[in-house]
Amino acid sequence: MNLQAVRSIYYFEMARFFRTFLQSFISPVISTSLYFVVFGTAIGSRIDQVEGVSYGAFIVPGLIMLTVMTQGISNASFGIYFPKFIGTIYEQLSAPVNFLEIVLGYAGAAATKALFIGLVILGTSAFFVDLSIQHPLAMAGFLILTCISFALFGFIIGIWAKNFEQLQLIPLLIVTPLVFLGGSFYSISMLPPIWQTITLFNPVVYLISGFRWAFFGTADVPVGLSLLAIAGFCALCMAVVWIIFRTGWRLRS
Amino acid sequence: MTAMVKISNLRKIYDGGFEALKGVSLEIREGEILALLGPNGAGKTTLISAVCGIAVPTSGTISVGGHDTITEYRAARQLIGLVPQEINLEPFQKVMDAVRFSRGLFGCKRDDALLERILRQLSLWDKRDAKVNELSGGMKRRVLIAKALSHEPRVLFLDEPTAGVDVELRRDMWDTVAQLKADGVTIILTTHYIEEAEAIADRVGVIAKGELLLVEEKAALMARMGRKELIVDLQEPVAEIPNALAAYDLRLIEDGRALVYTYDTTADRTGITNLLAEIAAAGLTLRDIRTHQSSLEDIFVGLVKEDAA
Repeated sequence: MNLQAVRSIYYFEMARFFRTFLQSFISPVISTSLYFVVFGTAIGSRIDQVEGVSYGAFIVPGLIMLTVMTQGISNASFGIYFPKFIGTIYEQLSAPVNFLEIVLGYAGAAATKALFIGLVILGTSAFFVDLSIQHPLAMAGFLILTCISFALFGFIIGIWAKNFEQLQLIPLLIVTPLVFLGGSFYSISMLPPIWQTITLFNPVVYLISGFRWAFFGTADVPVGLSLLAIAGFCALCMAVVWIIFRTGWRLRS
Repeated sequence: MTAMVKISNLRKIYDGGFEALKGVSLEIREGEILALLGPNGAGKTTLISAVCGIAVPTSGTISVGGHDTITEYRAARQLIGLVPQEINLEPFQKVMDAVRFSRGLFGCKRDDALLERILRQLSLWDKRDAKVNELSGGMKRRVLIAKALSHEPRVLFLDEPTAGVDVELRRDMWDTVAQLKADGVTIILTTHYIEEAEAIADRVGVIAKGELLLVEEKAALMARMGRKELIVDLQEPVAEIPNALAAYDLRLIEDGRALVYTYDTTADRTGITNLLAEIAAAGLTLRDIRTHQSSLEDIFVGLVKEDAA
């Protein structure tokens, strides 16, 4: 295991994050505050409570998940796509590193950034609403697993993408709708019965539900199912990454 | 001398079906400078990419320092430094960070003293805190070399290191290469500047259309294939070559003011004595004589043309 290489890639990616630290830090703070103003205060004042939780607090887990998923994907996909685009990938390909080490470096850094932003949002939320976390360990587990899974997913997209359009395509057309329709801002029980059934085919529902359970102890779907969903998604991404590693797909000519 | 790089029967067919390398075999000796000459699209970069692990060979084997580049890729790649043809650099990184990153990628512990030595050798030390995108083209190329040297490779591949580089920088580059050779580094450079191969290489390989046409000592190559021309300037121009001189296969140049006789320097008899005597016998008066040795470029163009025919 070339740990030195993993560290180099990881630091390199984190350096990009710290170069734009203000942007990395301020932008989630501002966007979270905006969500609270719009959903929490303006709309939330008319909703009162969802499943025994004030609406402002109810949306916190969904908001964190929403951001962590999109940030994990965009950081990891851009991280590996950019060297491919500008040609510096030759160095990683000709260095004595294997694919696992490259993945650890890139996806690890992307997951770290997503986790950081998730925690910033959590901290910001505490200024707006009273938050209690009933199952802190489960909360941390769900959060970290989601960061890792979506960083891996983003890495796969970055390898697959042949141009900037493709890089944006999957996040824009698939991930964003799934995340918004996954119950970030509402409980599934608020939907008409037919939509409740359809929604259960959205994998993101399970992630948000499980994460919300860790906060408030209430969930749309059984928490075991949520855990299974995120673990399954993580395993699937790892398997795909492993296949890419075996074949050198879209990396080595 | 032992073989540092051993390439056997290397074939590379790209996904589109293009056969970039058609069974190339080549041994590169430890400590030598080998220049690979060839026109654009000859397969030079593919050959380097296959050795360095960027392209996967379709068939054939490659070993570097005795390590197979597929089964023992870590040991093999540890020995290799690669300076690519394109200037591929992360634009916002500082020079020192860029070089440090490369060293780390090769699994080496941080060693700033070594990196300082490398940067000084390449006249980059003053620029160590400059961002890459603030540097001139020539400086960027040096950064690429510094990155390639950061893990102290024993074999250095330079893919057209002086393409688009001004004369002064080219000389600097040649000095750097000479210095590396003195340190015992094996150097393989591709170029289509013949003068570059002529100036610094020990051996020259010629590639065209995915085939290695020859690999030979530069001096031997030039001697073997070196043709020399004797140019005889005449006092009075002639309209045609006198029949008496037909056996010499002469050419008339400069509006009949000079005769050109091509001969082989390695032959037992060059025929010069007889030729000069017969020119005099034919009634022509000599004004001057000159000779011209063909360069590697003439040889190269001849070879590639022959191959195309």
